[in-house]
Amino acid sequence: MDNNNTLSIAITGSGGSGALTTGLILLKAMAHAGFYGIMSRSSGPQIRGGESAVMMRFADHEVYSHDDHFQVLLCLDWLKIERFADEIPLHNGSLLLGDTDAGDIPGILTVSGVQSQLLPLKKTAADIKGGRSNMTGLGVLAKLLGLSVDIMQKAIEGILGRKKDPLIIEASLACIEQGMKLLSFSDSPLTADWQITESQRWDISGNEASGLGALQAGVRFVAAYPITPASEILEWLSPNLEKMGGSLLQAEDELASINMIIGASFGGVPSLTATSGPGLSLMMEGLGLAVASETPVVVINVMRGGPSTGIPTKSEQADLNLALFGFHGDAPHIVLAPTHIKDCVFTVHWASCLAEHLQTVAIVMSDQFLGQSRTVVDPPAAITIPCKRITASGITENYQRYELTENGISPMSIPGTPRGMYTADGLEHTPHGTPSSMAQDHLSQMEKRRDKLSNYDFGGQWAEIEGEGDTAIVTWGSISSVVHEAAQRLRHKGITVRVIIIRLLMPLPLQQMKSVQRDIKQSIVIEQNQSGQFYHYLKGLDALQGQSSSFARPGPLLIRPDEVTAFVEQQVKHG
Amino acid sequence: MADIIKPKDYKSDIKPIWCPGCGDYGVLSSITRAFAFLKLSHEQTAVVSGIGCSSRLPAYLDTYGFHGLHGRALPIAAGLKAARPDLTVIAAGGDGDGYSIGGNHFLHACRRNMDMTYVVMDNSVYGMTKGQPSPTTAPDWPSKLAPHGTGIRPFQPLAIALSSGASFVARGFAGDPANLTRLIVEAINHPGFSFIEVLSPCPTFRPEQKEWKHSVRQWQEEPSDDPVTAASRIHADDGMSTGIVYLSELPAWQPGSQQSMSIEQLGQVFRI
Repeated sequence: MDNNNTLSIAITGSGGSGALTTGLILLKAMAHAGFYGIMSRSSGPQIRGGESAVMMRFADHEVYSHDDHFQVLLCLDWLKIERFADEIPLHNGSLLLGDTDAGDIPGILTVSGVQSQLLPLKKTAADIKGGRSNMTGLGVLAKLLGLSVDIMQKAIEGILGRKKDPLIIEASLACIEQGMKLLSFSDSPLTADWQITESQRWDISGNEASGLGALQAGVRFVAAYPITPASEILEWLSPNLEKMGGSLLQAEDELASINMIIGASFGGVPSLTATSGPGLSLMMEGLGLAVASETPVVVINVMRGGPSTGIPTKSEQADLNLALFGFHGDAPHIVLAPTHIKDCVFTVHWASCLAEHLQTVAIVMSDQFLGQSRTVVDPPAAITIPCKRITASGITENYQRYELTENGISPMSIPGTPRGMYTADGLEHTPHGTPSSMAQDHLSQMEKRRDKLSNYDFGGQWAEIEGEGDTAIVTWGSISSVVHEAAQRLRHKGITVRVIIIRLLMPLPLQQMKSVQRDIKQSIVIEQNQSGQFYHYLKGLDALQGQSSSFARPGPLLIRPDEVTAFVEQQVKHG
Repeated sequence: MADIIKPKDYKSDIKPIWCPGCGDYGVLSSITRAFAFLKLSHEQTAVVSGIGCSSRLPAYLDTYGFHGLHGRALPIAAGLKAARPDLTVIAAGGDGDGYSIGGNHFLHACRRNMDMTYVVMDNSVYGMTKGQPSPTTAPDWPSKLAPHGTGIRPFQPLAIALSSGASFVARGFAGDPANLTRLIVEAINHPGFSFIEVLSPCPTFRPEQKEWKHSVRQWQEEPSDDPVTAASRIHADDGMSTGIVYLSELPAWQPGSQQSMSIEQLGQVFRI
């Protein structure tokens, strides 16, 4: 994505104004028109009908993160706009669209250089039976973007079609057509010089992508407790697991859900749960049991603002310490993070394969932005990683579940296997599984559990590396796309940087980390949390080359590309 | 000779850590007798437990087993049964494990009424941590942790199982293995969540429980399928009557699905 053909649009409205629906239709319409896009959302705490905002960015190439500013903001009304103002930065040249009848433009939006246009959105809709002002607003945006009535119809039928009411679709289209006429806009559409693609694309959210990755990898049992912002993974998986011959059990709490998937996995069925910070905290004891009993399980942790209940509806990357270090005892396990929304498919798929193969815990660190954003992208590449647990068969006698093998992986006997009976245990045990407090058993089993991970060749998927130069920007998770974009801007300014996006956070392949940092004189670690958790983790492992610095800022406002470029420029100047 | 299935065939070669005279020996032998009577397949049976003296039980059996976390036997059993409905699943543990730290799971396991058996060896004391009061301890029992007693009324396991939706509710006595074996056989045969509260004396921390053998008796009435009748019997009882008090044909929950789509087809829903 080396071109700048992107356009950022936000839509806000109070409860019931339909901002979210408007955004979904616009994303679909832009997809039909042959473009790409992303849509994230922000909402108030109300259960139903609260104010909401959708933040969108369109492009003629894949786009995974937001820009510094929005070129267009459509406010269906001004109510509670202050809640979103800092999430939707405007700048000189931004276009602010509002309703003539909604009153004066709030001071918070009167940024210098913003052009505003008040249009009779409500009044126009009122003249149409069943008309709604969000649809006239959508017509205005369609006009700006050069979207035809046909494309809008297709998009509306796709999004509203489920309601099966032809009158709603008719009224919406009439509003859109009238809306298109409202704007005194004679220039060519904002997308005039964009490349249009004919290729097949997908419209998918990160949470759906995570669910798909799990099913692709063979996960067939899920137990979970509802939690924001992870619930969509479960709601997507429930009917789709059924279509794949699997099942989902809604647990009484997260203590139950983690233990339920341990039970199912002990039964030989690849199993997964999804949660967010508070739930992951409750699961820690169970995860330790999975490590000690060598039972494969996968946890998708969709991070939200913390600590405690924090900000359930907004994003942060602050559960890293918990995922890495939350276990009691020495508990070798795997922690991964998707590098962008579509990558949730790959990373969850890979996590499931690793958990199965290495008979351990794999935690995938998604977050609210990755999980709840929708994106129009090229279909994900087919994944060919083999996903198979090493099981015991043809047992004659004296089966040892925790046999000390060369690579630390012991063939697992699945219930139903004759002469393979054993008792899985979280107590330290002998190779047979008999509880033991002997030093020799503890040391040899600890080594086995460590070595099966440390001796494993995780391959080239551990990170995504791009660019040259002697300055490295190291990052992880959802903020990676922002860093990627910032690096391109830096290169345009003549500052060469190497971007290292780490997908496999634990165990971190230190040899490879060293080799990709050859010639690096300065490392800058970027992350979305207060305390620089990733930076300190990398420092603790002595994994950073040369001088190192940390740019860490908590949510809920997502780090913007300009913040990254400013920090890097400053470091390069002083470094 | 190979055809004759004996209880000891179901014992593993691991020696229990239990104290001499512990009621749990009686439960272990009743379980192996029940398994032998039912001719259960070793590899198709899984016994799941939590943490505590009685939760050591799975390792003493020659079946599949899971010795998990304190209080979490029932979720492991539920996940296993949901994923592997072909297995005979038995959960076992003590009163602290099942009624205190695992109390919430107990309620929901009863409510789900999955086809499994749950055996609680109740001695009204935490044995493994050396003598603290449990949820079923009488309020005036003095201990190091509560020198004047807890002052809190005991938990009513049978009443709670009944009101939470278990479809088989029974009490047994570890000192009466013949009747306990019968209860376990019926519990395993029952298609739903079968709960057996077993009075299992702790000779070390509750030596007075040795007297239980003089006070236990059989319930004279047949098991009721009416929750009101069963509840009044439970509440009228002094906690020493044994047998099945409630038995009904409530539907057992079991997820079940058949693959109807390929993974490639599944991805198609995301196409523009």
